[in-house]
Amino acid sequence: MALTGLDIFKLLPKTNCGECGTPTCLAFAMKLAQGQAELTLCPYVSDEAKAQLASAAAPPMRAVTVGVGDSAFTVGEETVLFRHDKTFVNPAAFGASIDSGASDGEIDAAIAACKAADFERVQQRLRCGFLAVRSTGDAARFAEVASKVAAADVPVVLVTEDPAHAEAALGAIASSKPLLHAATESNADAMIELAKKHSVPLAIRAKGLEALSALTEKAADAGLTDLVIDSAPTTAGEALRDHVFARRAALNQKFAPLGYPVITFPAEISGGDQMLETVYATADLLKYGSIIVLSSAEAWQMLPLLVARQNIYTDPQRPMQAEAKIYEIGTPGPDAPFVVTTNFSLTYFIVSSEIETAKVPMYLGIVESEGLSVLTAWAAGKFVPERIAKFVNDSGIAEKVSHRDVIIPGAVAQISGELKEELDGWNVVVGPYEAADLGAFVKKRAS
Amino acid sequence: MAYNNPTESPSGAIREVTLGSSANPVVVGGETSLPFYLFEGAMPHKPKVAMEVFDAAPEGWPEALTDAIGDVLGDPVAWAKANVEKHGADMICVVLASTDPNGADASAESAAATVRAIVDAVDVPVVVYGSGNAEKDTEVLKKVAETVTDERLAIGPATEDNYKPITAAALGYGHVVIAETPIDVNMAKQLNILMTQLGLDADRILIDPSVGAVGYGLEYAYTVMERLRLAALNQNDGMTQMPMIVTIGREAWRAKEARATEEEEPAWGDAAKRGVMWEASTAISLVMSGADVLVMRHPEAVRLVKTAIDGLASQ
Repeated sequence: MALTGLDIFKLLPKTNCGECGTPTCLAFAMKLAQGQAELTLCPYVSDEAKAQLASAAAPPMRAVTVGVGDSAFTVGEETVLFRHDKTFVNPAAFGASIDSGASDGEIDAAIAACKAADFERVQQRLRCGFLAVRSTGDAARFAEVASKVAAADVPVVLVTEDPAHAEAALGAIASSKPLLHAATESNADAMIELAKKHSVPLAIRAKGLEALSALTEKAADAGLTDLVIDSAPTTAGEALRDHVFARRAALNQKFAPLGYPVITFPAEISGGDQMLETVYATADLLKYGSIIVLSSAEAWQMLPLLVARQNIYTDPQRPMQAEAKIYEIGTPGPDAPFVVTTNFSLTYFIVSSEIETAKVPMYLGIVESEGLSVLTAWAAGKFVPERIAKFVNDSGIAEKVSHRDVIIPGAVAQISGELKEELDGWNVVVGPYEAADLGAFVKKRAS
Repeated sequence: MAYNNPTESPSGAIREVTLGSSANPVVVGGETSLPFYLFEGAMPHKPKVAMEVFDAAPEGWPEALTDAIGDVLGDPVAWAKANVEKHGADMICVVLASTDPNGADASAESAAATVRAIVDAVDVPVVVYGSGNAEKDTEVLKKVAETVTDERLAIGPATEDNYKPITAAALGYGHVVIAETPIDVNMAKQLNILMTQLGLDADRILIDPSVGAVGYGLEYAYTVMERLRLAALNQNDGMTQMPMIVTIGREAWRAKEARATEEEEPAWGDAAKRGVMWEASTAISLVMSGADVLVMRHPEAVRLVKTAIDGLASQ
């Protein structure tokens, strides 16, 4: 739990020397409690007080970064169990895996598949985050494959329980900050030593949370902070239970030995069924997995997972926004209908998919309206005639269509008169109330 | 520091709702914990899959879907039997799409005859959804309710516009009502209150929270359902303790990502698997936020979700 100003005050020298820049120790304590001052400003604070304050201020779950540069990803630092309490912080990373014993061609293909799983949706980049290289050959081959992946600028998870293999691979790519998986009860000392020597994050794997906590404490005692945990579940139910317990222990009980991001391998519980693996990966995403290792990065499995992740990690208070511009849906010609609506991402997705389903090409104008849905945006003054008119005039749509009809959502029929006054030369058509009826509406108008 | 399992003990429970015939009843609900939190509560009845059957051959479905369903598409009775016998459906959800006044505008009598024939053909419970037109649904569901009196159906959607006549029909003939509200905790509660005030027992209501698929509002549905479930369990709020029914098939197969062919979207991969995944990942997300009855469409998505439900229950 965070300390109160008074708790902190008790730990300060209480000399009111003012050297920290605040006249009294009490006032300084209050500032510390609110995060407006740093403890280092006090020259006289005891080491004991420093340690106590540091542990109280430490986030309940560590952030861990894997990789370097633009392709690196950070996970962890989560603060809640339910997304309605507060936005989830660092989106889970999804990646694929490859055996080092595979042929060079297969390895190149795995790298290419990971790179190809790179999508854009509502102005966010959604991509395969890493490749896990599993040591299935000798140590030299493991190092060689790891180097190949790192050279392709893809973050690496090194999967081996053999310290000699880990040593070989880390010797080659430690500077790329791979995640080493895993320290277990049988190899912990050697793996902890290696992670320390090469300053790379380390995954700890043990069956059950008690054994896992004992190992993370050992690693923490050795000075490691960048840890990831793996409770080695054998069913989806065990995975759920372990993840819920670990998150609750870390956040509600401040149990530091489990205050680390979770890595999962849904293939281990899917019996070789890649579709079932994807379903379990979704379950891991929802209940507290942070690094989710799939068997491959095929687009049909990455796309639903990455889009679900985008949904789950959005701010529940602030809607996602689509880019305000003209979208050409189908291949609209100069006669194609022109429709406008707001930039609430859900509105955009629903209207655009209804147009696609109707198979009537259209121009869809998305007007900047702070991510609000049609009625809310209208009520808040964000989807009003001036804004819509400005959008239409600035959008260049007049050069694309030969007609001058703009279709507005039926929900804001009341603005049609005023919009017509604002939009010189345009005819304002009140469309249907529901997006689902748009296809039928334009077909009827055309006939 | 010693580790102890941080269990919690919710005080509330979800109601049990019984559907189907007295010979073969199916109970949904009854949970005393969040979904699959079996370490601190019970889930006496696993979530059930109600596979969809349309009363007339649906149009505009992607090939990946129609191929999997096969030639029963235009024959509701055969479709229902295939769902139960071949695909392991726990229930059938009849969608009376043809009654839509903006479409074929089929009569209430013909809709009721279709439901009757399906009830006679399968020995699992039957859920009946109207076309979503509040006025027409009132007429259609009333006819359905009075035609099938030997089994307990779930009929809906009852909305704030038509809950009174639909509740009255359910009351008269012993059915369960599906109470549909637009993704909102308080509106869901309010409709349950209004329906129980008409004399309907609280264990004869299913909540339809109006869900969205992955990429199409999943986050809203997920969170509203999670909040409804938390209110039911932790605050013991009686008007949130009804089991939830979610229309996954309809939402998932509307998504562009589920429908696009490989020619249209080459970067999105295998269209058949992608469509199934869209439905299955939507389904598992909603199961994990509290769904008790999953209305689903593709047999392969159903197989995956049923397997995953068993996997999650294995602790």
